[in-house]
Amino acid sequence: MNIFAENLFGEVPKVSSGNLVVEGELDTRHGPILYLEDVSVSFDGFKALNHMSLYIDAGELRCMIGPNGAGKTTLMDVITGKTRPDTGTVFFGQTIDLLQIDEPAIAQAGICRKFQKPSVFDALTVFENLELALKADKRTWQTLFYRLNGEQRDRIDQIIETIGLTACNHQRAGILSHGQKQWLEIGMLLMQEPKVMLVDEPIAGMTHQEIERTAELLLSLQGQRSIVVVEHDMEFVRSIASKVTVLHEGSVLTEGTMDEVQNDPRVIQVYLGG
Amino acid sequence: MKLIGLGADKIGTTVLIVLAMVSFIIPLCNLVSPADSPLHFSAYTVSVLGKYLTFALLGLSLDLVWGYCGILALGQGAFFALGGYAMGMYLMRQIGTRGVYGDPLLPDFMVFLNWKELPWYWLGFDNFWFALLMVVLVPGVLAFVFGWLAFRSRVTGVYLSIITQALTYALLLAFFRNEMGFGGNNGLTDFKELLGFNIQSEALRALLLMISGVTLIAVFILCRWLVNTKLGRVVTAIRDQESRVRFLGYRVEMFKLWIFVFSAMIAGIAGALYVPQVGIINPSEFSPLNSLEIVIWVAIGGRGTLYGAIIGAVLVNYSKTVLTGLMPEIWLFTLGAVFVLVTVFLPDGLVGLMRRRLQESHS
Repeated sequence: MNIFAENLFGEVPKVSSGNLVVEGELDTRHGPILYLEDVSVSFDGFKALNHMSLYIDAGELRCMIGPNGAGKTTLMDVITGKTRPDTGTVFFGQTIDLLQIDEPAIAQAGICRKFQKPSVFDALTVFENLELALKADKRTWQTLFYRLNGEQRDRIDQIIETIGLTACNHQRAGILSHGQKQWLEIGMLLMQEPKVMLVDEPIAGMTHQEIERTAELLLSLQGQRSIVVVEHDMEFVRSIASKVTVLHEGSVLTEGTMDEVQNDPRVIQVYLGG
Repeated sequence: MKLIGLGADKIGTTVLIVLAMVSFIIPLCNLVSPADSPLHFSAYTVSVLGKYLTFALLGLSLDLVWGYCGILALGQGAFFALGGYAMGMYLMRQIGTRGVYGDPLLPDFMVFLNWKELPWYWLGFDNFWFALLMVVLVPGVLAFVFGWLAFRSRVTGVYLSIITQALTYALLLAFFRNEMGFGGNNGLTDFKELLGFNIQSEALRALLLMISGVTLIAVFILCRWLVNTKLGRVVTAIRDQESRVRFLGYRVEMFKLWIFVFSAMIAGIAGALYVPQVGIINPSEFSPLNSLEIVIWVAIGGRGTLYGAIIGAVLVNYSKTVLTGLMPEIWLFTLGAVFVLVTVFLPDGLVGLMRRRLQESHS
């Protein structure tokens, strides 16, 4: 009785074990880093996502394909907090309920996104774009008095080199080519040191050479971060993906290796219209 | 200012030098030289210049929210008027027994309304420093409450502009009412002295011009520093791609709120400097039209540059002084036409034109 009362009204009993699950902290010890279960979103009667369930493992590089309107972009909107689903659950690791927090909180928790249309800040330089993305205390007063230290400068320079924009360091992002903007945005994602990167159509507008470098970059990140790539270019998907998810009409049609899904009769029917 | 290129610092520095000259040389000439000397500027010139400088400060405050953060606030005049009222209340309390009714405590309009005691919100305004605090605090708190509600609910664009107009209009109606205790239709006037100096005296007018100039220079430098901090860059990024900034982990509404409150405080200071120089504050300062005019100054000068707002405010108000003297009926038409022409042909305003000229002459 005493213990019961103490538990009810007293302090939470302290557990000395290091395995205590801390609310709000990412916990991926039990498999997937991203869980979507039974998620539905509808816009004016149109079901953009229809009871979709999806699991992304920690460190995995996953490609999503599917015809237009399959729900790829809506899926990213749901994960990043832009769209709230009508039903379903979305968890980041075991502990973070993404439906309870807003876009900035989701980004700070470690889910970052590259948009379909390259979204960089045209008025700022390449360096400044990356500086804004840099993982830091992003509250107002802290931002006002923020000073980059040498280590962070080096990190920005290093990312600029990775994305091949060293020569454009102090140029305004507005004058970059489409492909360079795509790279800059990928660089901005890297600056945020995300645990999950959602990459929407990364190679649109890129030259063949740039596409190859993008594939190399994504492959090199595999293992350190989970990466979800939405892409239409099948050749590109084949070159990077170990696992492909095919979406159709707001649900997962099938999952597997590129060869498996390409030989799946349902996939062929969806793409060729049977 | 590396974003704007070569011309930027040149124009900015020139503006600073001209401001420093206006705010030191003219008052000094007037204080030192006798009244009949050619170096002596008329009291009218001094007070008109002082007024322009407070408008420049007001324009600067709008440029921060509009030019840098993309919030087209059409209620900036409300913060200016509130700052002005705070200063006006101090000046009213300084009148003391010299009022028409000679009441030591109550301003004339309260005696006229048969009020027996000073309303609680007039308490403390006999203290200059308290009044100064209110000059920034009242606009700041209003901007905070309004901005917190609006930005959190993600009201943006034209909807935000409309509710800022509604805000200033609501205040206009409220301040018109006698029961509000701010002098109703007539506002606050008949000021006698400021910090013990006769408010009509040339020395005080010269001093006020100097203080307005120094304040403008200080705020200009502060804003220039501000827009070059990381916060300044986040704010610029919000202007160009609001939702992208959110996905970088910044709370966009807090940044908008920060800049909106900061700018409202500057507008309040501008209002407080304006009132002793024109000698009156009344509800017409809340008129929605006033707030629209501020937008026009900044658009004509060139937004997103800070000094463009200063140039625009001074030029437009100078033209207003001249034109309303010659042909008062055409002023609004002229202003409207200039605004349309600038929007169509000079989207970067006059300073955009100057910058292009400067760059051409360098290349």
